[in-house]
Amino acid sequence: MTGSAVTVGALAAVTAQLVLVVGGAPLLAGLMRQVRARLEGRVGAGVGQPWRDLRKQLGKEAIRPDGSSWVFTAAPRVLLASTLLIAAVAPFLSTVSPLDGVADLFAVVALLLLGTVALAVAGLDTGTAFGGMGASREITVAALAEPTILLAGFALSARVGSSNLAALVEGMLTAPGQVLSPASLLAAVAFAVVVVAETGRLPVDNPATHLELTMIHEAMVLEYAGRDLALVELASALRLTVLLGLGANLFLPWGVATTASPLPLLGAAMLFAVKVVAFGAALAAFEVFMAKWRLFRVPELLAGSFLFGLLAVSASFFLA
Amino acid sequence: MSVLGKIVRTGRVAEPAPPAPGVGAGRGCDSSPAAPLASSVQLRHVDAGSCNGCELEIASAFGPVYDAERYGLRLVASPRHADALLVTGPVTRNMADPLRATYEATPRPKRVVAVGDCARNCGVFAGGYGVEGAVSDVVPVDVEVPGCPPAPHVLIAALRGLTGR
Ligand code: SF4
Repeated sequence: MTGSAVTVGALAAVTAQLVLVVGGAPLLAGLMRQVRARLEGRVGAGVGQPWRDLRKQLGKEAIRPDGSSWVFTAAPRVLLASTLLIAAVAPFLSTVSPLDGVADLFAVVALLLLGTVALAVAGLDTGTAFGGMGASREITVAALAEPTILLAGFALSARVGSSNLAALVEGMLTAPGQVLSPASLLAAVAFAVVVVAETGRLPVDNPATHLELTMIHEAMVLEYAGRDLALVELASALRLTVLLGLGANLFLPWGVATTASPLPLLGAAMLFAVKVVAFGAALAAFEVFMAKWRLFRVPELLAGSFLFGLLAVSASFFLA
Repeated sequence: MSVLGKIVRTGRVAEPAPPAPGVGAGRGCDSSPAAPLASSVQLRHVDAGSCNGCELEIASAFGPVYDAERYGLRLVASPRHADALLVTGPVTRNMADPLRATYEATPRPKRVVAVGDCARNCGVFAGGYGVEGAVSDVVPVDVEVPGCPPAPHVLIAALRGLTGR
């Protein structure tokens, strides 16, 4: 293949990845609700319900509260854009990407944090009590969770000597035995706790709560309506998919294509979907057995996951 | 784990769905729902002064047996997220302004569902000194659900008229 053909193939891979993640994220959210409904003895609204909700919300008027500024309007767009960027650069389908330079551990964590901060600032901007309360809680959780993602990443990158995500996945692919190494296992536990905290799932936050006093993520977005709400909801579904996808590919990298040719890409897309769906269903089933924790216990959980991250880094240095 | 055993033993408790009533069913519904509302309706419940009987029935309508969620209905935490308001009880003097504010905070297109006899015509509380009036005296009502309290299946039939599912 010539250089330009490789670039075209890699661009096609990025496009396919974006389409898959954006199209699949609401379906994943719907699937997780469906799993929960089935386990509760209900029928459930169907896997496509989040898409129906989004389609309807996009056709509704976006009310903005009196006295809110451009910050309130910009936040959902910043959140969605930053998440879309992660969805485009992360090595979900292939490790060759024209955006390789951006797919850095630090860049991805910073982009995640950018979305979180944008929404928290918007929560403050509404001037309501619940918006501010939700913002302060979200930042508390984020401040404890984001370093853990970095640490879990370090544990993997210490082996490869690079913080590039594609390099991490490739390193794992070339040495499959690493998947069961103590460093990877500890890092996987730390990362799993962080995914639960960052995406606002039980036991940290209840995505289906109606009780303002217990809300974290919901409290910040209480004031969004119509189109703005659709952006926020799509972005939350995307964040969940992206984080689950990162976890799946960093810790179980099988199936990720190392070239940009169509056949491996197709296989990679299918395996990626299977992995993310399995993780999502497992998370939803796990939630059925959990009650929401008292807010002051959440830092203990996150401190525990930070410790796991720290142990993972030490293990990758001393046991490797 | 005991929860797991319970899940396996209980299985599915949702009753089979009755046939869809079709778009626009429900008494007093002025029009069929606008296209953007079809197959997905988020509801915000407003207790304007009810005796809590209607609340119990709403709670059971969204419980596992009747499972209103399968028709695309969902209760949400903020009127900004809602497409329809579920108003129960006669509107008391103290709740008239909050009800108006909630109506204003709901993005268009929106619907108001008056749940229970009290919401329709003040029911047993008619003439009470604290009662401002029926829901339709305060905000425009699109759908009325009769009964004191309305049975969950009646409530669901009326709400399915909004989603068309
Ligand atoms: S309709 Fe009946 S159950 Fe409902 S609020 Fe009135 S008195 Fe209570």
